[in-house]
Amino acid sequence: MAVTDTQPTPPPGIAAPAALAKRGRLRWLVVAIPYVWMLLLFLVPFFIVVKISFSTTAIALPPYTPVFDLSGGLSGIWDSVKEFTFDNYVFLTEDSLYWRSYLTSLRIAFVSTVLILIVAYPIAYGMARARKEWRPSLLMLVILPFWTSFLIRVYAWIGILKQEGLLNQFLLWLGVIDKPLVIMSTDWAVYIGIVYSYLPFMILPLYAALEKMDETLLEAAADLGCPPIQAFWKITFPLSLPGVVAGCFLVFIPVVGEFVIPDLLGGSNTIMIGRTLWNEFFNNRDWPVASAVAVILLLILVIPIVYFQNQQQKEAEKAR
Amino acid sequence: MRRGPSWFNVTSITLGFAFLYIPIIILVIYSFNESKLVTVWAGFSTKWYVSMLSNQSLLDAAWVTVRIALLTATLATILGTLAALTLVRYGRFHGRTLFSGMVYAPLVMPDVITGLSLLLLFVAIGFDRGFWTVVIAHVTFTMCFVTVVVQSRLVTFDMSLEEAALDLGATPAKTFFAVTLPLILPGVVAGWMLAFTLSLDDLVIASFTTGPGATTLPMKIYSQVRLGVTPEINAVCTVLIAIVTTGVLIASIVTKRREVERQRAERLAIQG
Repeated sequence: MAVTDTQPTPPPGIAAPAALAKRGRLRWLVVAIPYVWMLLLFLVPFFIVVKISFSTTAIALPPYTPVFDLSGGLSGIWDSVKEFTFDNYVFLTEDSLYWRSYLTSLRIAFVSTVLILIVAYPIAYGMARARKEWRPSLLMLVILPFWTSFLIRVYAWIGILKQEGLLNQFLLWLGVIDKPLVIMSTDWAVYIGIVYSYLPFMILPLYAALEKMDETLLEAAADLGCPPIQAFWKITFPLSLPGVVAGCFLVFIPVVGEFVIPDLLGGSNTIMIGRTLWNEFFNNRDWPVASAVAVILLLILVIPIVYFQNQQQKEAEKAR
Repeated sequence: MRRGPSWFNVTSITLGFAFLYIPIIILVIYSFNESKLVTVWAGFSTKWYVSMLSNQSLLDAAWVTVRIALLTATLATILGTLAALTLVRYGRFHGRTLFSGMVYAPLVMPDVITGLSLLLLFVAIGFDRGFWTVVIAHVTFTMCFVTVVVQSRLVTFDMSLEEAALDLGATPAKTFFAVTLPLILPGVVAGWMLAFTLSLDDLVIASFTTGPGATTLPMKIYSQVRLGVTPEINAVCTVLIAIVTTGVLIASIVTKRREVERQRAERLAIQG
């Protein structure tokens, strides 16, 4: 708290500056309530997932063994730990379905991130260069679809992309094609769905970065004889890089684990890992294997997630 | 230098917004379709809205979903605002890195992982799954969104206002409710609405953590979509879109108006 350092000590009886943040019990409560909630409901569950990924499937409730029995004390827990097995992980490497799912997810996430960046950049750029009084309304228009249900927006594309859907009807009517394109249930439909659903996540950070940019830099470049395209690559794009990075992470990480879009728009070939995990859990009822799938997915994503957190934190510090 | 709209900028904005809105507009239009097919127009009809309103299981699911979303949004806003205060005001404290990690990670965490891990927690501690487990799960994944929104409001906050209140003898709690909260209210309201819509929208986490008797609307829509696309689903979606859009527009107009009034009051105060 920089403020407290520069102020003289206040006379007793009068609250110190920023005392709202300094009062003992209140301060303690403000930190503790969300902290404990997240510890118990965000962090602890991961350890349970890891534990169950080492368990064996059983026809019981819950459908895995060993189940920790705290009444047995430490030796009871140790007996359970001895029952742990790596079988689920070995199983994941043996069945090509799993590693293919991981690779497909990473490929689709990577390609979609690039596609979204290409689609979002001109929109964000146009918004940032629009007249000042229009900008809040344009921003509102980008955020509005984001508020309407994700599921609904994916569903909307089914009617458009189907064999007898509106896109094919339109293209046939235009005469661009003479037989309907097969888009639905292919990777293309998944890409379209992802680009559509995640577009605002890329536009917003890009817009934030571009709007802050000092336009006189471009004027200076033009005065010095730099052609606009070169000025874009030398000035605008590097300055928008924080937005590009933030947007790419906001899109890439969740898309790797995406379930709804590949399930509703993709075909049986588009096996992404979120879908595999879902099937493992709901259809095969194999909780230990589903947990092992989740652990590996988390290990793949942990580096981008930690990097994303650091970026977020840095941005938050800078804004202060 | 380019001033105002250029040809390129206008085109990219127009195409971009067309892409964002055309699918939604088509969805809304076909909810009024006479035909059972969602792709062939056969005349105007509101019969799908009638059939939607007589679908009792759908209405039950909608009611469950709204109750979950209301509870979720309120709890998540309280927790998320506390977390934002912690992050912005409390500087360094033991475990801060872990705390901010736990606040930012859920923003990008795939739903399947959050859903599975929470379900396994509920099973491990023997908590009966149903309405409350969905609420707890939703609070956990939505509160970080509230935190981010409130945080961005808090960093622009003028601390001297709070200090003045404290110097004048207000208790910290009173200062928070009389000074801090009204000023960060737009952020808090936006956070509440975000949590509400995220909860209303969630399919994956709810599917994992729900139990008997707590089928939510997205779960209902999802299972119907898997069976086939019908205009009745379009009608349900249209109603949802209408509600959310109206809510967001009203909220943004109200906050904007309040903001303008506040700024005017501040200007008057400065002029004396």
